[in-house]
Amino acid sequence: MKSSVWVRMDTWVRHLIPATATIFLLLITVVPTRLTAFADIAPMLPLMGVYYWAIYRPDLLPAWLAFAIGLLGDIVGGTPLGANALVLLLVQGTAAAQRRFFLGKSFAVTWWAFGLLAAGAIALDWLLVTLIVGRVVDPAPVLFEYLMTLCCFPLLTWVLARTQMAFLLDV
Amino acid sequence: MKQSSAAGRLATLRLLAHRFAFLMLAVSAFALMMLGKADIVLVEQTRVLVVDALAPMLEAMARPAATVARVTSGIHELANLRAENARLREENARLMRWQTVARRLETETMVLHQQLNVVPDPDPAFVTARVIGDLGSAFGHSMLLAAGSRDGVRKGQAVMSGEALVGHIAEVGVRSSRLLLITDINARIPVVIESTRTRAILTGDNSARPRLNYIVGNPAISVGDRVVTSSSGAAFPPGLPVGVVVSVGEGGYRVEPFARRHQLEFVSIVDYGLGGILPFERAPPDRRRRGREE
Repeated sequence: MKSSVWVRMDTWVRHLIPATATIFLLLITVVPTRLTAFADIAPMLPLMGVYYWAIYRPDLLPAWLAFAIGLLGDIVGGTPLGANALVLLLVQGTAAAQRRFFLGKSFAVTWWAFGLLAAGAIALDWLLVTLIVGRVVDPAPVLFEYLMTLCCFPLLTWVLARTQMAFLLDV
Repeated sequence: MKQSSAAGRLATLRLLAHRFAFLMLAVSAFALMMLGKADIVLVEQTRVLVVDALAPMLEAMARPAATVARVTSGIHELANLRAENARLREENARLMRWQTVARRLETETMVLHQQLNVVPDPDPAFVTARVIGDLGSAFGHSMLLAAGSRDGVRKGQAVMSGEALVGHIAEVGVRSSRLLLITDINARIPVVIESTRTRAILTGDNSARPRLNYIVGNPAISVGDRVVTSSSGAAFPPGLPVGVVVSVGEGGYRVEPFARRHQLEFVSIVDYGLGGILPFERAPPDRRRRGREE
């Protein structure tokens, strides 16, 4: 049975959602919120997006897209080019390789694993930026950013899960 | 049997291709880091182009965010109305005293200027731009502004909020530009301590409070000293308020900037007609170069 053009187009658009959602998360981090705490240590929302989709729909957010989103983050964020790209690429690779472990596991396990992975990611980011800039980046804000990211994870996962339920349940 | 082995081989091949692609991406990330480190023009132009393309979208997103922020701050202000009123009344009384002093000094300065035939500082031209992106990250402190080269923004220009220095322009696109805050790890601002005229370089390190380095002259810096820009390097006009010293101790001299980063909605990009902090944008006049050689 060959599906009609419209059905195929609908599927195609739905398949764009993970990438679009992650790019949207990236843009949200950039929007000036004028909240005191947020200005210095915004959570790494794109990291969560990449992690979530790498586990639940790795076919729709493949490694090259994670790389591209990271690169976009570097360009918009003014951080050394390639650092974020490498970090997101590795996060996608690790999460997608271990996804069988996560499927069917409780949320606490996913959160715990995210904690480990995010710690590795942010440490790598810190190391790369420190090496590229040539001076030690103050680790305190990095730690706060990590904690902030960890705290935001349940909320964001809920939003992303709702998105997946709404648009990608059977495509 | 034959078919299944062919399919298996295809799967292996696909896996290999997948791994290879992953590796290539990782290698290209490292290559990009090298390119970025080499600081070639192409990298900067690409950055500027991408940000320029995103600027309208970011601007559209920044407006509702600004409205939400205004509403929340409105609620906050209502809650603190009494305390704020008392504080303002006290401050007003103090400022009135200062006004008297300032009036007297103004007349005095005017008389002195006339007697000495002082050439007045030229009035700076400025552009006011909306902040459309605040890159809150532990790895870099910069902002995106909705004004670019078509509005007369040039690289190296000073960016102020009210009377306080916020940073300088680091990248310029056609309709957007990047403001490097004084707290960024790449920011170096020549400053002087206002009261003692001690020269130093204000060095950002991505924390909220940049540090004073390379201190020249009287090292008696104490908490509460005001820090203003100095004219060394012809980067900024002298005397722009930067911040106030908040700690002198083990962690070095830390300065709390006057500009409140999270409150910035509009900033002024000021053109003092100076070379700017990035001298390659406009070469300094020959006279100055020769002076340095002698």
